[in-house]
Amino acid sequence: MRAKAKGRRATTTVVVMRLYIANSAPNSSKAIANLEAICKEHLPGAFKLEIIDVLEFPQRALADGILVTPSLAKISPSPTTRIVGNLSDRANVLHALGIKQ
Amino acid sequence: MARSLPKITTGIRGFDELSLGGLPLGRTTLLKGGPGSGKTVFALQFLVNAARARQEPGIFVAFEESTGQISANAATFDWGLPALARNRIFFLDAHLSPEVVQSGEFDLNGMLAVLKAKKDEIGAKWIVFDGIDVLLTLLQNPVAEMREIYRIRDWLAANQTSAIITAKAEGRTSEIVNYSFMQFMVDCVISFERRLEHGVALHRIEIAKYRGSSFVAGEFPVTFGPAGMDVGAPEPAEIRHEASTERLSAGFERLDTMLGGGLFRGSSTLITGVPGTSKTTLAGKFAEAACRRGERTLFVSFDEGAEPIMRNLASVGIHLRPHVKSGLLRMYSGRTESIGAEDHLVKLKSLIKEHRPRCMVIDPLSAIAKTGGLSAARNVANRLIYSVKDERVTVLVTAINQGDDPQAESSDLQISTIADTWIHLSYLIRSGERNRALTIIKSRGTWHSNQVRELVLGASGPMLADVYTAGGEVLMGTLRWEKETEERAKTLQRRAEFDHKRGTLQAAEADTHARIKALQQDLVRQRAELAQYSSDNQARIVSSSDREKELGRIRSADPARRNGGNGSGNGAKKGTRNAR
Repeated sequence: MRAKAKGRRATTTVVVMRLYIANSAPNSSKAIANLEAICKEHLPGAFKLEIIDVLEFPQRALADGILVTPSLAKISPSPTTRIVGNLSDRANVLHALGIKQ
Repeated sequence: MARSLPKITTGIRGFDELSLGGLPLGRTTLLKGGPGSGKTVFALQFLVNAARARQEPGIFVAFEESTGQISANAATFDWGLPALARNRIFFLDAHLSPEVVQSGEFDLNGMLAVLKAKKDEIGAKWIVFDGIDVLLTLLQNPVAEMREIYRIRDWLAANQTSAIITAKAEGRTSEIVNYSFMQFMVDCVISFERRLEHGVALHRIEIAKYRGSSFVAGEFPVTFGPAGMDVGAPEPAEIRHEASTERLSAGFERLDTMLGGGLFRGSSTLITGVPGTSKTTLAGKFAEAACRRGERTLFVSFDEGAEPIMRNLASVGIHLRPHVKSGLLRMYSGRTESIGAEDHLVKLKSLIKEHRPRCMVIDPLSAIAKTGGLSAARNVANRLIYSVKDERVTVLVTAINQGDDPQAESSDLQISTIADTWIHLSYLIRSGERNRALTIIKSRGTWHSNQVRELVLGASGPMLADVYTAGGEVLMGTLRWEKETEERAKTLQRRAEFDHKRGTLQAAEADTHARIKALQQDLVRQRAELAQYSSDNQARIVSSSDREKELGRIRSADPARRNGGNGSGNGAKKGTRNAR
């Protein structure tokens, strides 16, 4: 498990997310890169991201109902959302996460 | 092929025969077909059978429906799925909710990792991917689809897992491009089809490919019963029904006589006739006779309720109700408007399994052809009779034919060719009467009467009357009665004439005897008279010669002279002796 907690900003709500990846599979690596770029640009210091390697922790993925990788789950604030894919469609991701551009 | 491919039975009746043993072990099988064609039922039934019969755990990955929906659908079958789902069959809900947003490409690495973990945990031998097409279409990219399919294949091979993959394919010819390569990838491809024929849904199954194994080619009917899917596999080319020589009553004695002693145990009998020719009555009589022998009997009627049938039969002295009460007789009435022939077959098979009859009636079997295609009905009728015979049940079926020609049946369900005995009932109309005639068209392996008989229904049941043939015409009803009365009168007259003649002859005989006696008495008397006369005469001769001697002695006469002079006396004496 690679848990990354990035900077904090007290003024805005923190977006809590989990990214499920399959080790270094191409789509998984792309997803990490894409998500990190999005967070840097749109949620500086206002997000909490946990990255779960499904190959390493399959039971965790099973418990969370995650099957395809990569998958991104927004835990809070509500509503919760799930995004599948390598997150290359940035507008789609932002919309799903409820981030206003 | 030096070594035959290891296979595992599916427990799906009929399919193991088609596939010559089941699905390939350690390989992948693709089930393809349109929506509602039975792919999921097949896959699930296979898992249930593996879990129940061989205690093999399995995983069911549902891409299309939620596992809740699948469980609800499976609840219509008597598989006891909830109990199995607790310990032997693991359901993985892989159906993506519509709320899931897609952004960019994804792959199945994660899913396979999860499956690997679960497989190792429960020791699963089988994995079903149900509705994989749903997931693949999300990839929105043929190259990606192919890549993921290969990923699954490699994973299955690496994990030595047997798998069933189901995928939707519309129609039979318009294959979705992506599945054509999937067909090369897998070792066994089974096509499912659901089509409407005359408003009735028909399900078909076909093994399209089976690498390393032969299989029965062709399309076969599929039905769904309480135990799940049932494939109408072709009957084995060789018929191996035992031929019993035990005879049992066809219902009543006269008919048995016509059949050379009754029906053979385990044989099939067809009764054809236009409506109203008492087919049901004969069937009822057969059922009643079976119950009286204490044999379990199943009476299947179509489009007529059990109650009216029992009431109607009671009016001709056939009482089925007591046997229903005792549990010996099971009456089943089916509707034919909306159910296809295949479903009737499943129902009847389960009834046979349930009731275990030794004798069975289906009245009328021709009703199954009312809905759905005729060819399907023919197929079902044939399979039904064969499967009933497999169970060694003696079956009597009726069929309504239009028109009075028994051969019309042959254009209908074509049961007459496989039935062992064929009885035809018809009407003969003459002199304002409609009378029922019974003919035995065929009866295999036995002598049978070639005579047309009149079937008469009385309060005590059906009976057969001789028919009179006069001037090449068959007489029935009133004409027969008249003829019978006439015959009776003639008999009486002949008897009277005979009596009279005998009396006369007896008198004459007595007279002759008397005369013989009188003559004999005469004879005796005449003989006696003659004897009397002879002895008198002798006495006279003796006495006269004695007297001459005495006289000679007294007179001392010359004997020589006396001898010569008495020659005539000697002759008379001689003659007298001769006469004596």
